[in-house]
Amino acid sequence: MAWRDSRSNRKKLFLYLAAIIVGVAAQVAISSFRENLNDSINEQSKELLGADLEVEKNSPFHDELEIYLDSLGGERSDALSFTSMAFFPKSGTTRLSQITALEGDFPYYGALKTDPQSASDTFQKTAGALVDEPILLQFGLQPGDSVKIGLVTYEIAGALQEIPGQPVAASFFGPRIFIPRENIEATGLLQRGSQLEYISYIKYPEGTDPILVESTLDAMNDSVRFGYDDVAERKEEVGEAILYLSNFLNLIGFIALLLGGIGVASSIFVYIRQKISTVAVLRCVGASSNQAMSIYLIQAVFMGFIGASIGAIIGSLIQLYLPVLVQDFVPVDIELALSWSSIFIGIITGVSISLIFALFPLLAVRKISPLFTLRSVDINLSKLLNWITRFTLFGLIGVSVVGYAWLMLNDILAALFFTLGLVFCLLLLSGIAFLIMKGAQKFNPKAFGYEFRQGLANLYRPNNQTSTLLLTFGLGVTLISSLYLTQDMLLGTINFDDGQDLPNLALYDIQYDQNEGVNKIILDNDMELLQNVPIVTMRLQSINDTTVAEFMADSSRKPRSWALNREYRSTYRDSLVSTETVESGVFVGTVTDPDDLVPISVSTDLMNDLNAQVGDTIVWDVQGIPISSFIAGTRTVDWQTPQPNFFVVFPTGVLEPAPQFFATTLNTPSREASLELQQKIVQAYPNVSAIDIGQVLETVRDFIDKITFVIQFIGLFSIITGLIVLAGSAATSRYQRIREAVLLRTLGAKQKQVIKIQVIEYVFLGIMAALTGLTLSVGASALLGYFYFDIDFVPNFTILGIETLILIGLVLTIGLLNTRGIHTRPPLEILRDQAA
Amino acid sequence: MNHILKIESLTRQFKSGDKTLTVVNNITFEIEEGISCAIVGPSGSGKTTLLGLSAGLDQPTSGDVTLNGINLKPLNEDQRAEVRNRHVGFVFQTFQLVPTLTAVENVMVPLELRGEATNQVRERAIGLLEEVGLGERSHHYPTQLSGGEQQRVAVARAFINDPKILFADEPTGNLDSETGEHIENLIFDLNRKQGTTLVLVTHDLDLADKCDRVIKLKNGEVDSDIFKSSEEAVA
Repeated sequence: MAWRDSRSNRKKLFLYLAAIIVGVAAQVAISSFRENLNDSINEQSKELLGADLEVEKNSPFHDELEIYLDSLGGERSDALSFTSMAFFPKSGTTRLSQITALEGDFPYYGALKTDPQSASDTFQKTAGALVDEPILLQFGLQPGDSVKIGLVTYEIAGALQEIPGQPVAASFFGPRIFIPRENIEATGLLQRGSQLEYISYIKYPEGTDPILVESTLDAMNDSVRFGYDDVAERKEEVGEAILYLSNFLNLIGFIALLLGGIGVASSIFVYIRQKISTVAVLRCVGASSNQAMSIYLIQAVFMGFIGASIGAIIGSLIQLYLPVLVQDFVPVDIELALSWSSIFIGIITGVSISLIFALFPLLAVRKISPLFTLRSVDINLSKLLNWITRFTLFGLIGVSVVGYAWLMLNDILAALFFTLGLVFCLLLLSGIAFLIMKGAQKFNPKAFGYEFRQGLANLYRPNNQTSTLLLTFGLGVTLISSLYLTQDMLLGTINFDDGQDLPNLALYDIQYDQNEGVNKIILDNDMELLQNVPIVTMRLQSINDTTVAEFMADSSRKPRSWALNREYRSTYRDSLVSTETVESGVFVGTVTDPDDLVPISVSTDLMNDLNAQVGDTIVWDVQGIPISSFIAGTRTVDWQTPQPNFFVVFPTGVLEPAPQFFATTLNTPSREASLELQQKIVQAYPNVSAIDIGQVLETVRDFIDKITFVIQFIGLFSIITGLIVLAGSAATSRYQRIREAVLLRTLGAKQKQVIKIQVIEYVFLGIMAALTGLTLSVGASALLGYFYFDIDFVPNFTILGIETLILIGLVLTIGLLNTRGIHTRPPLEILRDQAA
Repeated sequence: MNHILKIESLTRQFKSGDKTLTVVNNITFEIEEGISCAIVGPSGSGKTTLLGLSAGLDQPTSGDVTLNGINLKPLNEDQRAEVRNRHVGFVFQTFQLVPTLTAVENVMVPLELRGEATNQVRERAIGLLEEVGLGERSHHYPTQLSGGEQQRVAVARAFINDPKILFADEPTGNLDSETGEHIENLIFDLNRKQGTTLVLVTHDLDLADKCDRVIKLKNGEVDSDIFKSSEEAVA
């Protein structure tokens, strides 16, 4: 009976199932991908590190550590890692690069993938360099050409394609270059002030107990500070990061599925409404209320199963595309395979969602009275359900959502928050949708033309699905638009005008004796120095007579450990700069007796992290010389400006004799002039590094774009679900629309007028959906900006305008496609309809 | 007397698979301005098809329809729509109101489609609703009105454009006898008051009896065509 009954309406139901298809496809795609990624990480776990152990420190290892590492036996590779300008003579270009000077057979697991492959084995012996492939392509270089790093010119032995455990994204902020460690001193780059990282890679001999090594290193780390990572730890870190990302994507996918559920509920409501007379007849001829409900329950479950199965197939196909999206961010090669468990869970979830949401209208079927055969009544199905049933059903949906989120997040509290957040979002969207609809109804102005008023009035026609559409669309739009706005907000903070007063090139690591020479090159090239600041490196020794070691030993300490342990790069000058204002105390510009306590100025953020007060005394270790100071005042610093800013500023008259280097900023008139200047400086002073601020901003933009695209791709499923619900709704109301169009034609409407009414209706629907979603997304982005990024959010009306236009276009297209042909119906049908 | 409607050798055939079905077969008649005419006949006799062809809702296979002196044959659908909008009123068995519009807005539709000034149209619509006894309910939506009330709105709508001819298809078919009689009286009253020609399709012989002329169809052809004196007809 269920099968026979569905015969005339299968096409209509199938459209709604598309909502389940999309939801399940999103689910299966993401969870399959996650499973494949986890498998790949497990299989390639050792390649994540390329060795069993990695130890690193920003100075040469202490003897104790050296001795212990040697005692481990096995194999060892040593590397020095630093950033430096690389100059490519053939193309005449320079680029700030991440240099690794390697000695040894690293990687022990996996391989450095190079072109030609032999280059990874030979570059150390032939004093060659491996250079990131993208930079070679960008500058039109090939193996055989050369790269100059510091004072040494290396022949490019090969293009570096893959480093075990490093995602491609690692090269975003500077190309990676491998050179031999031997003779690295000849580059002239290992001077005081250079940021060097000493790294050792160890491959354990057979029988080594990694846990024992870990505990020994832990114990040693208390006295000798260094960083280390072993395979288990790296695997855990990577696994956690992947888990967070995929959980996040999974939940976004789940939202698409829930929207599909809302689509199913609304579609079955409409479907059952058309079936009321059938149900009444069945009840008349003796069907029990349960039998009547079973007919439609079987249809819902069957269709849910078909939809979920198709969704699972599509999802399995989509996962083939997902690695393309995220490969740059994951440190392993993703090996793809069918994930049966994901498919199974996807189908079960899809069927359950369609069943749970279908229960709302289906339980109402039980209440349809056989009396309806005798008397035609306009029934509101949802009113047939009493509050206990409704409450139970909402409870069931709530429990299912919490259950699923729990399964995904493995944390009941997070699952509860997710559900509450979702409920809040849906309530808020419903509220906004309700207000917009009421507003439209009130606004419908009598002064406007008939087509306008009729088009707008169609949105609140009886049995309309406007609210459902605004809800499903709204959530999708909120999701995608929030991402766009947040992305725009973040990019906005680094989007500086090309004004003359802001620097676009920064030079640093300029040694004391090079400063004048560098300045001369800049001035000879008719460019103006914006800033030329001395930098002195120092560490904290004590605050108010408590040493850093004593602070660190105290588990209840208030100062944060990064602030206690970091290497400070401070400057000295006699006045504030434009990005600074005194917050409290005073700024002292000059001292005459350096042996007195030196009055320093500390930035307010550092004051908080050091838990310090104005007047506190601080002893600094300035490269071996203790300097006693007191906090004379605090400054607020606008860190967002692209120029050197400092936590601590000393007065003049103290640090001048200390070893120091300089940083210089300037504004170059063009990109070409900037490149030419960089080239001249790097050739004269190879150790000087240049940061092309314009290029960095471009890279950051690319990076943010790539990340947001991944999230938007998943968020798109929600929009697709919204479109399907819209298509379904348009299809369902097609009969009613045909009747109206034909009636209007009969009363003398021209074809153009009928089309105009429909266009106005869908344009309004698009505007309302945009208003609903965009209002919430503006709110969400503003909150995110305020609480999380500490940025004042100003909505980008261009983005909002474009989004609105796209939405209107989408809604209009789908709506008109679904009502196509209506206006060509001959008016005679109005009489036939009556006769029927 | 002027003829408001001239039907000449009108034939309408439909294709059903390989077969050709002739629903209206070579019918010719003329209707004089201002009279009431009932078209009766058993189900399938071609009544509704003839009404549709006469009102320009459909194109004949052959033959001509001339409505208020305008030959409908050469006109396209939009031109025929304009003729209907200017000269024709309709009342349907199932009322056919636009559910999203209030009673007064429904009545205004034909004139609004012409783009006429809203305020004047509204006043006229309210006047008509008062005439049919619904002055108090002009701002109600169709779902808030009973069947009889909905049909009264439809009657008011049918007369808003001062039609030369009113086509009514089973206007009382969905109403109880008391309400049906009320609607019949309304239609005949307005018909008489405005001098509109009335063409109605009905199964109801009592209703047909009230008309000046009764055309009986059988198998798509005119079976009988009876003229009555007006005193006899509305008695």
